[in-house]
Amino acid sequence: MSTQTASSIFAKAPAPGLADPVHDAQSVFRSAMNALAQPGTVQQLDDLKLNPPAPLSIAATALVLTLCDYDTPLWLDPALAASETVKNYIRFHTAAPFVESPAEAAFALVSDAKLLPAVASFSAGTAEYPDRSTTIILMVDELTEDDGITLKGPGIKTEQQFNVAPTPAMFWQQMQDNSALYPLGIDVIFAGANQVAGLPRSIKITGLEA
Amino acid sequence: MTERVETQGISGEHYNFAYLDEQTKRMIRRTILKGIAVPGYQVPFAAREMPMPYGWGTGGVQVTAAVIGKNDCLKMIDQGSDDTTNAVALRNFFVETTGVDTTTKTKDASIIQTRHRIPEETLTKDQVLVYQVPIPEPLRFLEPRETETRKMHALEEYGLMHVKLYEDIAKFGHIATAYAYPVMVQDRYVMDPSPTPKFDNPKMDQMEALQLFGAGREKRIYAIPPHTKVVSLDFEDHPFEVTKFEQPCAICGAEEVYLDEVILDDDGNRMFVCSDSDFCEERRDAGHVGHLGTNPLEAEGND
Repeated sequence: MSTQTASSIFAKAPAPGLADPVHDAQSVFRSAMNALAQPGTVQQLDDLKLNPPAPLSIAATALVLTLCDYDTPLWLDPALAASETVKNYIRFHTAAPFVESPAEAAFALVSDAKLLPAVASFSAGTAEYPDRSTTIILMVDELTEDDGITLKGPGIKTEQQFNVAPTPAMFWQQMQDNSALYPLGIDVIFAGANQVAGLPRSIKITGLEA
Repeated sequence: MTERVETQGISGEHYNFAYLDEQTKRMIRRTILKGIAVPGYQVPFAAREMPMPYGWGTGGVQVTAAVIGKNDCLKMIDQGSDDTTNAVALRNFFVETTGVDTTTKTKDASIIQTRHRIPEETLTKDQVLVYQVPIPEPLRFLEPRETETRKMHALEEYGLMHVKLYEDIAKFGHIATAYAYPVMVQDRYVMDPSPTPKFDNPKMDQMEALQLFGAGREKRIYAIPPHTKVVSLDFEDHPFEVTKFEQPCAICGAEEVYLDEVILDDDGNRMFVCSDSDFCEERRDAGHVGHLGTNPLEAEGND
């Protein structure tokens, strides 16, 4: 221990979290709430001065810092789980316990669409407690409100066009199966560069052929 | 009470913003997200003791505290009115702990916390309506055991509720439930709309604003996202009907609004006035006058 200097300790310290933990978390939550209440709409986040370790995006990090704590078992995709820097960052700021099994997770953080396991491997809740399910935070490059699939259901007046890129293989088909489980099922919050969008289990998905 | 009240925030010195600690807010926020994902399902949450008694709206207060931000404008109503005890007490609570702007104008508010009414004015997509709920379980008076009601919701077994409404018809000739009238949300969950008069039930259907319900003592939060189907339970031969009033508001002359009965003297004289105080004021400002009211515009002109 005697060889450690203050500067070497600071060099290993996790990067800072939300600059204003109270108000930043509130505004990120409002965006996430509006995203799930108006599925398929792209909600812009405030300009958060976050500098998370790669490959975490600002939006995904903001969601994790806003929603996760010691009460929420968190599943990380293999790329994130392999990075001690990422794990230290999340552990330091949220104290969320990491879990190996997707079925045990309250939240799943997925940095790359290719690394998303089968949606059915996450927890869908139980008939008596459909709230005991996993919420997936999925990092994507692009979120748009046009030229994609068509969403219908609570939160949408008639129908909503929605597209994300990249999309995991067979993702929309899996989400169709997921909504067939309603009121059970998982919910997805997409995290773009600085935007979020929501896809709760209550939404019916059509237009995959296009 | 018509203009925005200037408020001073002292939150930084005395309380965390909006009173609750951040971990509690995160827990409530996660609960709200689940509630939105499963409309009408009562999500259990770890309600905290609040610095007010149960029955004063501790559930609604916790929901509002988890949602509110420093740029919000808050309206607080109690039975439609901005200036009754519960509304004034809870508005002052948030003024003291957040320093946000407050208003009595429905259209200026971004968050409206309500005890047992929905404003007459149509709400918009940028607004959030937070209900204070005493007993969230619509089946509770029919089946006291939580284990059983939970199973009934899981199995979508709502026959008992229809039996209750049928018994109303057998006894009184019509469905006599006038408030806390059960609704079916998005064809799945039967939900208690809190003790709002059944007059307000049709407003919940396809409402543009997000509706959040908080029950503090019973530790439940539930939600209705915008544009969600909300149907009042009824029978083909006894369809749901809203309360009708025989006379318009005595002060502003409004028809097709919910009216409160006010006793005027010991001789049984009474008048009916708008329960929504802001709606009534707006109408009077616009020159409408009821049979017991005076026209404020003419009164000014006579001075």
